[in-house]
Amino acid sequence: MPLNLTLASRNLFQDRLRFVATTIGIVFSVVLVMVQMGLYLGFGQMVTTVIDHTSADLWVMRHGTKCFEDPSLLSASKQTRVAATIGVAEVLPLVIGFSGWILPSGEITPVFIVGSDLQTLKPWNVTEGTVQALSAPGAVAVDRSYFERLGVSGLGSKASVRGQPVSVAAVTDGIRSFTTTPYVFTDLSHARTYTGIPSTMESYLLVKLRPGADIEQVRRELQASLPDSEVLTPAQFRERSRSYWLFGTGAGAALFAGAILGIIVGMVIVAQTLYSSTKDHLDEFATLRAIGSSNGYIYSVIIYQALLSAVIGFSLATLIGFGVVEFTRSGALPVLITPMLILAMLVLTVAMCIIAALAAILRVVRIDPVMVFTR
Amino acid sequence: MSDFILEAENVTKVLGRGAAQVHALKAVNMSLSGGELTVLMGPSGSGKTTLLSVLGCMLAPTSGTVRVCGHATDGADAEVLAKLRRDHVGFIFQSYHLFPTLTAAENIQLALDIRGTHGEGARAKSRDALEKVGLIHKTASYPRELSGGEQQRVAIARAIVAAPSAILADEPTAALDATNGQAIMSILAQIAKDPARCVLVVTHDSRVVSFADRVIYIEDGCLVRDEHGGPTR
Repeated sequence: MPLNLTLASRNLFQDRLRFVATTIGIVFSVVLVMVQMGLYLGFGQMVTTVIDHTSADLWVMRHGTKCFEDPSLLSASKQTRVAATIGVAEVLPLVIGFSGWILPSGEITPVFIVGSDLQTLKPWNVTEGTVQALSAPGAVAVDRSYFERLGVSGLGSKASVRGQPVSVAAVTDGIRSFTTTPYVFTDLSHARTYTGIPSTMESYLLVKLRPGADIEQVRRELQASLPDSEVLTPAQFRERSRSYWLFGTGAGAALFAGAILGIIVGMVIVAQTLYSSTKDHLDEFATLRAIGSSNGYIYSVIIYQALLSAVIGFSLATLIGFGVVEFTRSGALPVLITPMLILAMLVLTVAMCIIAALAAILRVVRIDPVMVFTR
Repeated sequence: MSDFILEAENVTKVLGRGAAQVHALKAVNMSLSGGELTVLMGPSGSGKTTLLSVLGCMLAPTSGTVRVCGHATDGADAEVLAKLRRDHVGFIFQSYHLFPTLTAAENIQLALDIRGTHGEGARAKSRDALEKVGLIHKTASYPRELSGGEQQRVAIARAIVAAPSAILADEPTAALDATNGQAIMSILAQIAKDPARCVLVVTHDSRVVSFADRVIYIEDGCLVRDEHGGPTR
């Protein structure tokens, strides 16, 4: 181990109480930032989960649609025009909308109806029943996590939606809505009944292209022929939905504000402890300077202290972060920690600790080596 | 280029400002050659340590010229002065200034580490230096486990390990008893036998004079006597 690293580590661990305080500060800061960013990622993933599970090449929607849950409607007559466009293999309508789920007890709770051909968009993670069963009259799929809310206990459970009797024909696991309103999957015609959307209107048209068709070219052609509609690729629609929910509603800004607060708290704690550690070892730094050390060597000792603090704090924080992930896995808004987030957090922690070391470095720059003669 | 290792030419040093201004050194001229142990003596406040600091490139003179192994320090910034110290000067301090979290061997290696010498080479040189000061059995001891005399010997080993041309010692025996003081001076006298190296000891302990090849007296910032034929110009 390089001697400047040895010196840094022993200086760091010499005052155990201060080291523990520093580590707690870094862990607190990193966990706060990690959870905020994990919530951001989890939120970002949840708001696009239905788009992610739809196998369409293009989405046609009313102009100005902000997100998947937007209730704007299209005229169903556009389906013919879209189908006639070169490169289009198939056009499938999709109907969505909020409705009221009436429990056997008579209590009513809002649900979000998703009605499709059950091919291009169908419920995923089906653990009980089958997707095919959803074609039967009144058949719906709900997620296990909403059983209590919906007053059901499994396959065959009864309720009613908008006055129509429904029966649970498929149960999914893990399809959670960030709005906390449960998704209810059914086929297209039943969805119209449950939402009141007439057969002359659609929420979306899902477009599948012929093999080899140029997706961007078809998109441009469709867009040109549908001036009051918008034609987006799944990636574009995902980005629009994410952008709306995260930034249009201020939810993302709140998460970022929490993350920035975490960074500031972490930096202040690390800066304070490094500065006080440097002050305690000022005689040693002056001795180093007196015996001819360059400023760079002294900085390396301080920066190594900062890096050691960063790595130790980050490692503990990551373990806690994974605990939070497990804890929130089945919650309303799971925290999502990806490898990229872990890497970004490591870089951020290291940067935070090195920036925090600047105050200590500025203190050391002012050291007069002559002080070794007076102490 | 002169044969002197350290030279001071008309060196003055003013410390403080305004009413607190002190002329610590007044037109000091002195030269130190290799193979000599020079003792600089004087009462407290006479300018001994200031002269040591100026000769050791820790302080820049207010006027005059200091040369270390032929390199003038005129106009040198803090980093250049640090490099001159690194390349040519070894320091020994009254209160040792060892690093409490490093072992004796590591304290010595540190002087090599700042000079870019690492690894096994540094460890071997560190052991040699400890052997020279009679502490090879204390390699793994921390400063708190060593007596004052032993700590000062480690400090000497740290000062000599990179083979600097000048060893400057500030009151090296002040914190030691007579026996340890004698032992430290014996080691310094031994080091000074090397014709490529000069040793300057600043002290007001008259017991060290017997080890000196040359004694220079300083009073009120001026060199007043140079015994054994040294060139006080």
